[in-house]
Amino acid sequence: MEYKDYYDIMGVKKDATQDEIKRAYRKLARKYHPDVSKEADAEAKFKEVGEAYEVLKDPEKRTAYDQLGSQWQAGQEFHPPPGWDAGFEFSGGGAGGPDLGGFSDFFESLYGRGFHQAGQPGRSSRGFQMRGDDHHARVMVELEDSYNGATRSITLQVSALDHSGRVVTRPRTLKVRIPKGIRRGQQIRLAGQGGAGHGGGEAGDLYLEVDFNPRSHYRVEGADVYLDLPLAPWEAALGATVKVPTPAGVVDLKIPAGSQAGKKLRLKGRGIPAGEPGDLYVVLQIALPKAENEEQRRVYQAMKQQFAFNPRAGMEV
Amino acid sequence: MAEHKTLRGQLIEAETLISVDELCRHCTVRVEEVITFVQEGILDPSDNEVVPEKADSWQFHISSVRRVRTAVHLQRDLGVNLAGAALALELLDRIAELEKA
Repeated sequence: MEYKDYYDIMGVKKDATQDEIKRAYRKLARKYHPDVSKEADAEAKFKEVGEAYEVLKDPEKRTAYDQLGSQWQAGQEFHPPPGWDAGFEFSGGGAGGPDLGGFSDFFESLYGRGFHQAGQPGRSSRGFQMRGDDHHARVMVELEDSYNGATRSITLQVSALDHSGRVVTRPRTLKVRIPKGIRRGQQIRLAGQGGAGHGGGEAGDLYLEVDFNPRSHYRVEGADVYLDLPLAPWEAALGATVKVPTPAGVVDLKIPAGSQAGKKLRLKGRGIPAGEPGDLYVVLQIALPKAENEEQRRVYQAMKQQFAFNPRAGMEV
Repeated sequence: MAEHKTLRGQLIEAETLISVDELCRHCTVRVEEVITFVQEGILDPSDNEVVPEKADSWQFHISSVRRVRTAVHLQRDLGVNLAGAALALELLDRIAELEKA
C-alpha cells in the first residue's frame, strides 16, 4: 500500500486553514467533476481529491493523519503504525460526500472500511428482495459503426462489494453490439447488466447512451451527415469529378461547373442508414493555392486582368 | 473482469418517453425532487402541464435521465444549489451545441 500525501493532492500547505482547504476542494472538484470536466482521467482525479477532502475537512481525521508524521513521501510503501489511531473516534459515515464507490486502501487502512455504505438508501440487510439499480453510461462510437454495425469493447468503472463486504471500484469490460443505423442520443438497453439485486432480486439494467466520436471530419444531425469538402478554384469553376470520403467508403462526386463555396450537394440516402435513411450533405469549400514562384504569380496576375471581379460588390464598396 | 460474450441490447429511441416513476427509479430520486427540477426549469415534461398536481402523469424524454443525474451529482459534489446546477446544465448544453458545429 502506498502513502498518499493528501495536502499535495489538494495543492495546499500543511498548515492550511479549513477555509483554504474547502476552497481548494471546490476548485478541484469543479475542474475534475466527471459530469463537467474534459480533462483526461477526470474521474480518477476527482476520486482522489474527494478522498483527500474527506480527511482534511474533518479536524479529527486531519489531526490523526498529521500525527502519522511528515517523514512519509507520496507513493512510499506504507503500513499504519500500531495503535496510531488511539484516542480518536471517527464519527459519521460518508453521507453528503461524493459517491465515489469506495476509497483507496490507504484511506481504509486508516479510517476503516465501508465508509460509504453508511447512509445509502436501500442497502439494509433485512431479508427483502430488491431489484438491482439501473446503471447508465455514455459510449463514444465511430460514425462508421452506425453505417456498418460493429462490436465494441466498452470499459466501465463499476462499484461492487467484494467478499469481505467492502466497496471496491473495478473496471468492467463489455463487448457490445452497436446496431447499424444507431444515432446520437439513442440508448442501448442491456437487460440484467446493471447493479446486482439484493436478497435474490433480479439485476438492474445497463443503459448505454450513444454519442459519436467528435474527432472526425463528419458532423451529424439526426440521421443526416455533413462533410466539408475543399475544392481547388478550377475544380469549382470548371466542374470536376473528385473523390470524396464517406463513412461507407470513397465515392466519386461530380462537381458542377460554377460551384460556389458554401453550396451543399446532397447525396440522397447516404446518411445514417435506417428505415428512412438520412442524407449526406457535401458542403463545398474553396481552397486557394499559394503563389510561390514567379510563374504562379503570373497566373494570378492574368486572372486579375481577365476577370472584372469584385468579391465585395455585395458590400457596396 | 473481461466478458467475452457479445451483448446485444434493445435499442431505445432518443424520443422515447418515460413516466415520472421510471425517471425516479433510474435516477434514485423522489418525485418531490423531480417537481423541484421542473419548477426550476431544468426538466420539461413532454405534455407541458407543469403544475405539480399533475406530476403523476408527467412524461419525460429518456435524455432527462442524464440531466437529472448530472443535476444531482453537481449539487452533491460541488455544493451548488438548484439554481447553480440549472445554470451549469444550460452552459453544458451550450458547450455541446458549440462543439457540434
